[in-house]
Amino acid sequence: MEMPVPDPTILARKDQIVRRLQAVLPAEAVAHDQAETKVYECDALTAYRCPPLAVVLPTSTDEVAAILKICFEEDVPVVPRGSGTSLAGGALPTADSVVLGVARLNQVLETDYDNRFIRVQSGRTNLSVTGAVQEQGFFYAPDPSSQLACAIAGNIAMNSGGAHCLKYGVTTNNLLGVRMVMMDGTIVDVGGAHLDAAGLDLLGLICGSEGQLGVVTEATLRILRQPEGARPVLMGFDTNEAAGACVSDIIKAGVLPVAIEFMDRPCIRATEAFAHAGYPDVEALLIVEVEGSDAEIAFQLDKIIAIAKAHDPAEIRESKSADESARIWAGRKAAFGAMGQINDYMCLDGTIPVSQLPFVLTRIRELSGQYGLDVGNVFHAGDGNMHPLILFDANKPGDLEKCEAMGADILRLCVEVGGCLTGEHGVGVEKRDLMFDQYSQDDIAAQLAIKDVFDPSWLLNPAKVFPLRSTESRRQGRLAAE
Amino acid sequence: MMKISDENGLAEAIAASAGSLRITGGGTRALGNPVDGDDLSVAGLTGISLYEPGALTLVAKAGTPVDEIEALLASEGQRLAFEPMDHRGLSKHQGTPTIGGVVAANVSGPRRIAVGACRDFLLGVRFVDGMGRVLKNGGRVMKNVTGYDLVKLMAGSFGSLGVISEVSLKVLPEPETRAVLLIEGLDDARAIAALSAALSAPYDVTGAAHIVAGLDGAPVTMIRLEGFEASVKYRAERLRDELSGFGAGQIEADPVKTAAGWAWLRDLEAFHGKAGDVWRISVKPSDGPSVGARLQPFGAEVIYDWGGGLVWALVPEGTDVRQAVAGIAGHARIERAAAETRLRFGAFPSTGVVLDKVAADLRHKFDPRGILNPGIMG
Repeated sequence: MEMPVPDPTILARKDQIVRRLQAVLPAEAVAHDQAETKVYECDALTAYRCPPLAVVLPTSTDEVAAILKICFEEDVPVVPRGSGTSLAGGALPTADSVVLGVARLNQVLETDYDNRFIRVQSGRTNLSVTGAVQEQGFFYAPDPSSQLACAIAGNIAMNSGGAHCLKYGVTTNNLLGVRMVMMDGTIVDVGGAHLDAAGLDLLGLICGSEGQLGVVTEATLRILRQPEGARPVLMGFDTNEAAGACVSDIIKAGVLPVAIEFMDRPCIRATEAFAHAGYPDVEALLIVEVEGSDAEIAFQLDKIIAIAKAHDPAEIRESKSADESARIWAGRKAAFGAMGQINDYMCLDGTIPVSQLPFVLTRIRELSGQYGLDVGNVFHAGDGNMHPLILFDANKPGDLEKCEAMGADILRLCVEVGGCLTGEHGVGVEKRDLMFDQYSQDDIAAQLAIKDVFDPSWLLNPAKVFPLRSTESRRQGRLAAE
Repeated sequence: MMKISDENGLAEAIAASAGSLRITGGGTRALGNPVDGDDLSVAGLTGISLYEPGALTLVAKAGTPVDEIEALLASEGQRLAFEPMDHRGLSKHQGTPTIGGVVAANVSGPRRIAVGACRDFLLGVRFVDGMGRVLKNGGRVMKNVTGYDLVKLMAGSFGSLGVISEVSLKVLPEPETRAVLLIEGLDDARAIAALSAALSAPYDVTGAAHIVAGLDGAPVTMIRLEGFEASVKYRAERLRDELSGFGAGQIEADPVKTAAGWAWLRDLEAFHGKAGDVWRISVKPSDGPSVGARLQPFGAEVIYDWGGGLVWALVPEGTDVRQAVAGIAGHARIERAAAETRLRFGAFPSTGVVLDKVAADLRHKFDPRGILNPGIMG
């Protein structure tokens, strides 16, 4: 994968840039020697690494503003970083960039139960937002798999989802406001504790902009009352078609589960070998979770099971207790880890119309045969967000490239059937070069023009999201000169 | 008046336009600042091109009547969950509301407090910018983070960035039944406290409003529950018991009456046929009563929706509501007023020097000639 050639004039000015950063930050908040910056050389897309010029770890919005102002004046690219859990390389540095990590911005600033929001600094982890309000019976709904580690800043940058967004939506549906620092150091508040935008929906635009429009330092998040209870049912099917049709019928019947998770046979087998969750050996498995009081849960599960029975299920296991629920979820939650035990893997994130599920799974199996790489599928079936896991051997020359080529084919397939390249992970560097498969030249031009407004000198996370050739003139500052 | 029948025609008309364009769908809403320009209507761009009930997805051309979409959804037991308001009673404009108009104005209703606004259900858009380029963003799937989210940006942009030609929406099942818990006689502060308690309970409240002067003139607080029959009954009773400290609640489960009651609220029927300006004020719910109190000296008639966070105010013509509520965080928009009043105060508030400039710069990128609904948002 190609990254821009580092700007030699920036590398030559390293000492001066570091000195200026040290002048506005405590000594321990600036890292610049190789031993210290190495930790920041990659995120969760570990195949690609590059230590940055320096790393800064501010503890306030004012410090972030001071850092950005300096980088703006010095013309140095800035790579914002939450917890570094991006699977898309959203926080991958270049050698001439300053990594701005928000991990130390982790305080809760305000909790307001009457108005059902919490205001936090953006480096706070996703799960600890819920942790701050759960004693009062509340939770923060978006729940990406990495929620123990991932930061709200990264969630906002990628508009993260999770298993429960069928009912509760993704980050953008749960974000009320942000405090953001623009590249020139200007601090702005967008939105707040009230609903809807006063003018253009800039909050909606900022969410999911992958750290390219500004650095979010504070977020006002909607919190919800926890349901009285939740329980899943596990259902096995002999064909992907039957499982796919069952998902569609559940949705059509007016039941809205909080989660519908899907695993195919390769993934079930890997998970069994690793987590021993006791899953049946079937072609396709669904985990459907509903919420409410005991009686409401029983009513909904009865309805779901009745629908499933029309599709000739091989197995139905309804959870009757917290312990059984945990066992049903154990395998699903261990799925990525289980696949990782077998081999290195690449996790894709395309979304497809639910009706295309059986066709796409068949095509993925064909591609798997063609490339000679195994694929397991585990995904959020209710909203069509797939996570094919392609297994490869990082130590085998050419295997990573083969895996990437196959991944690209699968994502193109998602687009062909009416879906998209990424449902919740973001484009980052990983899917950058596929953008023209989904968008026209004009569509991309319109998006680049938005960055031109927020960051005219193209310094914020500049080598991400768009194919490098489409942004080259801007990154080289010609835009400013024109 | 330029009539458009397809997207290419729309692109050509915009590219060829020598002057400003006043863009309309059904022309029923009359929101924003007055716009000078040739009328460009997308009402001729009609048709539902895709509806997959099992995927909760519908795609329609911008001029498609909202009624037509809702009728098709109803035939499959589904609906537009964000409950778009029908402005005709308020605006006194005739015409047929279109889905493009709903999206362009990000029109939502009482259920916005529970499920989100129109923008939260918008999965994709196609639109033509001020240079006549046909652009798309998003798609027809429920999760999509590929590139910038222009879908949200277009929702509520009132035609000032581009003219929407097609929208893709997430739809939801129509619940089996509904019930409304009614508590009478509460003052504003107590009512909003009751609504907060209801919205903070684990019972999936899908409507939370307070009518200061109900049909019989007395205040009534309304809390809506929807779902399967047994579940609705259970939750309504639990909520009535948990809120008993606010007063004896009545549970109304008649489907016709409850539907009419929420449509009455959604469309602001209480203000129909009355003179005066109508303002829409969005604040955090606990600030709602302060907004009401500040407007009382002006003789305002007030309705609280969204748990108190949306204040609808009917005030004498020319009242400067924005000035009256200054200092309370949120925003105030003119929903109905004479052209000169909208020009004087601005239908939309300023969002501050920096963000106003960002918005102006964005408009300039999409519409360098400044011909699309110029000035409609300020």
